[in-house]
Amino acid sequence: MNMKAEQQYIDLFTQCEALICRHSAEGLNAPRAKAFADFERLGFPTRKQEKYKYTEIGTFFAPDFGLNLNRLEFPVNPYEVFKCDVPNMSTSLYFVINDSFDKHDHPSAQLPEGVLFGSLRELAMQYPDLIKKYYGKLADTSKDGLTAFNTMFAQDGVLMYVPKNVVMEKPIQLVNILRADVNTLSNRRLLIILEEGAQAKLLVCDHAMDNVNFLSTQVTEIFVGENAYFDLYELEETHNSTVRFSQLFVEQQAGSNVLLNGMTLHNGTTRNTTEVQLVGRGAEINLCGMAIADKNEQVDNHTTIDHRVPDCTSNELFKYVLDDQAVGAFAGKVLVREGAQHTSSQQTNRNICATREARMYTQPQLEIYADDVKCSHGATVGQLDENALFYMQQRGIPLKEARLLLMFAFVNEVIDYIRMDALKDRLHRLVEKRFRGELNKCQGCAICK
Amino acid sequence: MQLEPNKYVKELTQEKYKYGFTTDVHTEIIEKGLNEDVVRLISEKKGEPEWLLDFRLKAYRYWQTLEMPTWAHLTIPEIDYQAISYYADPTKKKDGPKSLDEVDPELLKTFNKLGIPLEEQLALSGMAVDAVMDSVSVKTTFKETLMEKGIIFCSISEAVREHPDLVKKYLGSVVGYRDNFFAALNSAVFSDGSFVYIPKGVRCPMELSTYFRINAANTGQFERTLIVADDDSYVSYLEGCTAPMRDENQLHAAIVEIVVMDRAEVKYSTVQNWYPGDAEGKGGVYNFVTKRGNCKGRDSKLSWTQVETGSAITWKYPSCILSGDNSTAEFYSVAVTNNFQQADTGTKMIHLGKNTRSTIVSKGISAGRSQNSYRGLVRVSEKADNARNYSQCDSLLLGSHCGAHTFPYMDIHNETAVVEHEATTSKISEDQLFYCNQRGIPTEDAVGLIVNGYAKEVLNKLPMEFAVEAQKLLSVSLEGSVG
Repeated sequence: MNMKAEQQYIDLFTQCEALICRHSAEGLNAPRAKAFADFERLGFPTRKQEKYKYTEIGTFFAPDFGLNLNRLEFPVNPYEVFKCDVPNMSTSLYFVINDSFDKHDHPSAQLPEGVLFGSLRELAMQYPDLIKKYYGKLADTSKDGLTAFNTMFAQDGVLMYVPKNVVMEKPIQLVNILRADVNTLSNRRLLIILEEGAQAKLLVCDHAMDNVNFLSTQVTEIFVGENAYFDLYELEETHNSTVRFSQLFVEQQAGSNVLLNGMTLHNGTTRNTTEVQLVGRGAEINLCGMAIADKNEQVDNHTTIDHRVPDCTSNELFKYVLDDQAVGAFAGKVLVREGAQHTSSQQTNRNICATREARMYTQPQLEIYADDVKCSHGATVGQLDENALFYMQQRGIPLKEARLLLMFAFVNEVIDYIRMDALKDRLHRLVEKRFRGELNKCQGCAICK
Repeated sequence: MQLEPNKYVKELTQEKYKYGFTTDVHTEIIEKGLNEDVVRLISEKKGEPEWLLDFRLKAYRYWQTLEMPTWAHLTIPEIDYQAISYYADPTKKKDGPKSLDEVDPELLKTFNKLGIPLEEQLALSGMAVDAVMDSVSVKTTFKETLMEKGIIFCSISEAVREHPDLVKKYLGSVVGYRDNFFAALNSAVFSDGSFVYIPKGVRCPMELSTYFRINAANTGQFERTLIVADDDSYVSYLEGCTAPMRDENQLHAAIVEIVVMDRAEVKYSTVQNWYPGDAEGKGGVYNFVTKRGNCKGRDSKLSWTQVETGSAITWKYPSCILSGDNSTAEFYSVAVTNNFQQADTGTKMIHLGKNTRSTIVSKGISAGRSQNSYRGLVRVSEKADNARNYSQCDSLLLGSHCGAHTFPYMDIHNETAVVEHEATTSKISEDQLFYCNQRGIPTEDAVGLIVNGYAKEVLNKLPMEFAVEAQKLLSVSLEGSVG
């Protein structure tokens, strides 16, 4: 194995382990040693591994990045630089700057009784049992080098805890701001726990403020209790020199209902791994995503839905629009274990390649070990319907406009999955702007308003 | 609705593999094990020219650097490549002449038992047959008739002797010895197989067919088939195979190469019925095959049809390289697994030329404790403008302990491509069964009907004689797995 990229991090960790631990919390430090051993053994994933066939991970880590191990605070007031409040939607707004939770007052934040939302590090000190019970329990470091890497270095992040039967009317919006003067590597961590019967919605936006190279790893663990409802929307609006490696693990108990919707509007290289385990009967997962990529942007979504018990439902829909030299990859695996009867699973992946250089790799997979199931998947790669274009031109719509309209309609299906009307409206506008090329790079969202 | 499975299940599991006999002919088998001397020995026994020995040795040396691949969705017990004999020749008598007319009568009986009487019946059905037992081609029929048209249909060893230029030109041109682990192994030790050459503008008047049989114990069969269809020609080629019932596993690693020139068309049909092992999963053939065709010419067409019912483990991906403009490729497959069988099969469609089209229809049926996977790749390269692919893979599950999996890959590098993939997995619906029962059709017959209907799309693509055999095979393989 080429250990070049790995070696600098192994050295760094060996030298700075005490420092990393000092600026973190007990619960987060506990799995670090094992993660380190796993990382030494595994290294970064390579393209030889089936799971990472389309994205070479190691090379992105090879350059020298700054890590904020000392947890220095960045002199930035998010409210001044970030004005991207979704109109007509009142959310409880929070910020993460690089990988630290922003401790400024949050005037719009009003949380119901018992709900926790805040710095993972601080809450880990206050509620050590909670962290002990959940942290690192889904993100297995022994199987994946990236998970191990994040677990090694993660010092802070966000904890969201919704107690039993608490229904949060107001969605929470979490804004990840990447802000630095030098090339920076940040390791974010999210831990989300919904107890039985709880309901919540979370919107996470990624923004890059500065024109330096950002590399972020993110590990999210979501525990959804019986009959709980949870919506997670992830919106990426960064720039071409941003690299994002996200790993999301979900465990759903009986009767729970989860919606995950990942939208990539602007990015550099993005790799999202999503693993959903349906462990209770009657659980339902709606997993969807969309990517609009041009220039040399790269979007790679790798999803696994594991039907472990009977009577669960999964719906998956991913759509890509690729322009210029963009590269898209989608791998979706649906695993139906032996005995998981009455499973219903649907998976769809549709893609449009708009230029010759654009590339799409798609890999819808079914692994089924039970007979009384209904599973289907479909994937297409193609272009806009010429007849539709012709029809629109006949009606006096210019070709360019007609193309835009069709592309817009194409991705709308994913947006329509959103269960928040205000967000849906706003995304319609954002996507339209994106297609018109008006949003070349997120300018702190000042123009969005 | 309640099914009555038990009686029927028992019947099936007791259904004997009817080709499981062995033939007592004198067979010359070389020592077990594989090394350079064995490769040289095989080459020497066949009286091969220098260049072929070089090809074998290169392949052998390359094979030594490889490890057995593990990516397939299969559980393969470790194979000891030194415990296999790489050459067995049933035609070799200690003394006596070796002319084809004096083939051991036991051998002919064997082929008669298999329903492949080499002479009379085939004359009636109008099919030319090359029969390969263990490592050696036993007899080729109708050679003269074909020769009149300029068609060459003979064993590959004969072709090496009589048409060395053709063999040299095309051998390894589609599946190189560096292609994969089993291709390298086959290239080193391949013993016999068929060679077909259809000259320009000739439409082959009859179906060509090869029948393969592994007879001797502890031998591997490594045949190699090479088909070249020159401009404007047409040929339909059939392949069938059986093996005796043995407790130990037998290895079969074949290569099929097909070259299709301008406006030519090749249809390749397989009914694969190697011994699948018994109901406990003991014994059976390991079938690791590399099959690939190159649609080299403009407007060429290649069609693969396969019915896979046998083998303990199947690892097989008949593929097409669509390098000629406007070329067309088709892949139709029915794969049935029962008991402890495992199959990982599918196809690759590599679109290189402009306006190329490919169709994939794969039907998997799994029963018992078997695992059945479809694995396929559709690649559209940068230059393959207006490529079109349609893939459909359906799986039918009979029983709650079997598995059906699909692993399609689509790599699209051209914006004008239209690629579609669809897959479904289901079991036979109780409504369908109920409807048949209502009409007085017993459950087991109903299942047969439904399965046959499900596979019809593929079976229809087979030549008539084969379709009948395949249909019977299908019902035999699945009998009793209802429940």
